[in-house]
Amino acid sequence: MTPLGKPESLRDAYGKTLLELGGRDPRLVVLDADLSGSTRTVLFGQKYPDRFFNVGVMEPTMVSMAAGLALGGRTVFASTFAVFAAGQAYNFVRQSVCYNRANVKIVATHGGLLVGGDGGTHQMIEDIGLMRGLPGMTVIVPSDAPTTRAAVLEVAERDGPAYVRLTRENLPTVTDGSFRIGVAGELRAGTDLTIVAVGALVPRALEVAEELAQVGVQTRVLDLASVKPFDVPAVVRAARETGAILVLEEHSVTTGVGAMVAAATAENYPVPVRRVGVPDVFGESGEPWALLDRYGMSKERIRDEAWELLKLRGKVQ
Amino acid sequence: MGEEPSSGAFDALSATALEVRREIIRMTYVAGSGHPGGSLSATDLITALLFREMRLDPAHPDAPDRDRLVLSKGHAAPALYAALALRGYLPRAELLTLRKLGSRLQGHVDRNKLPFIEASTGCLGQGIGMAVGMALDARLAGRSNRVYAILGDGECQAGPTWEALMAGGHYRLGNLVAILDRNGLETDGSTESIMGIEPVADKFRAFRYHTIEVDGHDFHQILDAFAAARAHTAGPTAIVARTVKGKGVSFMEGQHAFHGKPPNEAEARQALTELGAPGEVPPR
Repeated sequence: MTPLGKPESLRDAYGKTLLELGGRDPRLVVLDADLSGSTRTVLFGQKYPDRFFNVGVMEPTMVSMAAGLALGGRTVFASTFAVFAAGQAYNFVRQSVCYNRANVKIVATHGGLLVGGDGGTHQMIEDIGLMRGLPGMTVIVPSDAPTTRAAVLEVAERDGPAYVRLTRENLPTVTDGSFRIGVAGELRAGTDLTIVAVGALVPRALEVAEELAQVGVQTRVLDLASVKPFDVPAVVRAARETGAILVLEEHSVTTGVGAMVAAATAENYPVPVRRVGVPDVFGESGEPWALLDRYGMSKERIRDEAWELLKLRGKVQ
Repeated sequence: MGEEPSSGAFDALSATALEVRREIIRMTYVAGSGHPGGSLSATDLITALLFREMRLDPAHPDAPDRDRLVLSKGHAAPALYAALALRGYLPRAELLTLRKLGSRLQGHVDRNKLPFIEASTGCLGQGIGMAVGMALDARLAGRSNRVYAILGDGECQAGPTWEALMAGGHYRLGNLVAILDRNGLETDGSTESIMGIEPVADKFRAFRYHTIEVDGHDFHQILDAFAAARAHTAGPTAIVARTVKGKGVSFMEGQHAFHGKPPNEAEARQALTELGAPGEVPPR
C-alpha cells in the first residue's frame, strides 16, 4: 500500500482554487461572514476586493444576498463555518438558494468534531443530513486537498446549488484528485468487505484496510466524497461483491452518510451494514483527533466493527 | 417614470387598483385560502410600481436592465398576480387557478413558475436580503436598473430583515428602495400589541436609509416618494407606507382575522359589491 501523503490544508486548497476561478470568471463573487481568515476566502478578497463581500456576523443574510447576486446570472461562493452555514442559515439555504434554484456554492469549513477546542456548540455534526435533504442540493465532503480543488472547480462549472463541507484539520492526500460529482472513488480493491468513508475518516479506513490485509482480509475502500448525488451503483456493486459494508463518517449517524448507504443497500441488495460515526449526542471541547477516538471513531472501533461484519459473513472465526 | 403624472394618470391608477382588489377577492374566495388582508393593503403600492414607476416590458420579462421587484412579504401574492395579469404578464383567466394543484400561481410567489417574479419568497426576512444581493449585482455589472422590495410589518420583527437592511445601508445602495406596507396587523393581532416595531421610520433612518413616510393609498404621495428615492443616489431609500389591512372592503379593514383567511361566498359577494362589481362571484 502507498503510505499516506503529508497532511495538507483543505481550506488552503479551497482558497487557492477560488483565486484560480476568480481569474477565469470575472463575474464570480465571494461572500464571507467574518471568518475569511479561517475559511481562506481572504485570499480572494485580497486579490479581488471589488467582488468580495465580508458581511459580518449575518449568516442568514449572507445566504439570501448570495442568492440575489446569483439570480443575476453570477456564480457565487459563500463561506463560513458549517454550524452557521447549515445551521444558523438553514431556512435561507432552503428558500433563497434551493427553492429558487440559485447558483450559490456554500463552502462550509469546520465541519464535524475536528473543530476541537471550540466544543459542542461549534462542532457541526448534522449538516450532511440537513443539506442532503434539500431538493436540488449537491453535497460534497472532500477527503483531501486535491479532492477539494476538483470539487470546487466542478461545482463552479455546474449550474445550481451546492454544499461543500471541509474540515479544519489538515488531512493526508489519499486520492489522485480525479474526483467527479456522482462517482465514488475506489481507493483500494477488495472482495471480503467494503469500507465506505467520507472526509477525515478516509485515512483511517485505509489504515484499517491495510491492517486487515496483514491477516489476509481484502478490503475495498470507497471514498464517497460525492454524498449527493451519490454513486448508488458503486455501493450496490460493493454489496454484491463483498457482502458487507462499513460506513465511516465524522457526522451524526442518525442522518448521515451511513443512514443513506444503509437505505440504498436495503433497497437494492440487502447485506449487513454497520455505521461508525458520532452517536446521537453533541460533542465537547478536546484535542481534535482525540475527540474522534472518544466519540466512537477510533481505529480500534473501526477494526472491531469490521471484524464483526467479517464474522457475520463467516469470513473469519 | 420621469415626467409629472397627469390627473388622468391618477384616475387610471385608481381604476386599476380597484380591479386588482376585485381580483384579490375572487381569487382568494375561489382558492378557499390565502391572504386577502395584506394583499389589499399592498395593492396601491404594487399598482403604482407596475403601472407607473418601474422600467419593465411584459414582452421582454428577462431584459437585463429591467427594474426588479421582490415581494419580501410573499403572502401578498394575490395582489401581485392580479396586477401582473392586468399588466399583460399572464392570462387573466389563470388568476382563478391560485393555489390549485398544477397552477403556476403558488400560494407564495415562485420565480421558477412565472415571469416577472425575481425571487421566490414566503418565509419572511429573506426577500429583502435577495433584493440587497440584486442591487449589488446591478452595481457590480454597471447596470442602471433599480431594485424594489416590499416588506411586511410583521416581517420587521424578524432579525434577518434588519441584517439585510443593515447591509443595504452599509453598501450605500442608491438603487435600492425598501417599501414597508405598514398596515399595523399581523396574523394574531396588532404588531404593537404583539411585538412593537415602532418607531420604525427612525429605525430605517438609523440604518442609513433616506426615509419617507406616506399614505400608502394616496398615489400622489406614493409617486412623489418614488421620485424622491430616484433623486437620492447616495444610499438606499425606505418608504414607510401607512396602509389599512383589508383596504377597500369594509368588514376586512383593520381586521387581523382576514390576514390569512379568505372570504366565504356571502363575504365575497358583499366585498365585490363594495368594490363596484356586484353579483360577480365566480364559481368555486
